[in-house]
Amino acid sequence: MKLGEIKKLIGAEILAGEDKLSVLEIDTACGADLMSDVLAFTHENTLLCTGLTSAQVVRTAEVAGLSGIIFVRGKRPSDDVIALARERGIPLMATCLPLFETCGVLYGAGISGTYIREQHGPSPASGV
Amino acid sequence: MSCCGQPEGAGGAGGADGASGVMISMEFPIVQYDFAAAGEAAARIKQILRQLGISSDLVRRAAVAAYEAEMNLVIHAIGGSLSLVVDSGRITLTSRDEGPGIPDISLAMREGFSTASDEVREMGFGAGMGLPNMKRCSDLFNIESNMGAGTVVTIVIGVN
Repeated sequence: MKLGEIKKLIGAEILAGEDKLSVLEIDTACGADLMSDVLAFTHENTLLCTGLTSAQVVRTAEVAGLSGIIFVRGKRPSDDVIALARERGIPLMATCLPLFETCGVLYGAGISGTYIREQHGPSPASGV
Repeated sequence: MSCCGQPEGAGGAGGADGASGVMISMEFPIVQYDFAAAGEAAARIKQILRQLGISSDLVRRAAVAAYEAEMNLVIHAIGGSLSLVVDSGRITLTSRDEGPGIPDISLAMREGFSTASDEVREMGFGAGMGLPNMKRCSDLFNIESNMGAGTVVTIVIGVN
């Protein structure tokens, strides 16, 4: 579904990436406050729901190729973090719902989870 | 920071078929406790690898490993650098610092073990996942540490 539909479902406010509301298609999401878990176990093009508002969330989104970030429990990042997200083209939204309910609403509306269960191992064809 | 087309060995890589033409060789200085900039080197590395036309899966693995390495340098080291070398066969990331060194590497490699402060944990890191995540992203992973002298982490990702 479109990012704009997700915004309506969870009553969110858009903080960055307004231009993507009607165009960005979201199929998968995850909920986490631990950025190393997001880096290790999520696929690209995933929407992250988190209670963490530091710049590192935006950095994680950039490195891991996430679709966007939803801040839960009424939390709001600082202006610096919003500016960084705008600069990097990462949509940010804020909702008053807690993490569990945010994930539940999205899951109930047909958004799938994303979790890499297999650990990466050396590929035989890698030549190293 | 440099770019060159001169053949040179990708440091610490070993194996494979010896040195091949280096497409890119860069070094990013990383400053202790500079949390505002942490992640900038990883983002640049991701951008460079993309521009080289490397497949998105490999780019992502390299970017994740670079970011974890960068966070480790910012959190734990007294200053260091992250280098990127790309040749036709592999991506090599090398994290070097001047200390303090890791007293017990096997403990540091254990998921969940961390010596990070509460401040770092509040940023979503410091959960003892950094080194294991780097290893997870690598085809070849090596870590050497000497107390007082520093730590060198080498991550090699094969490019087909």
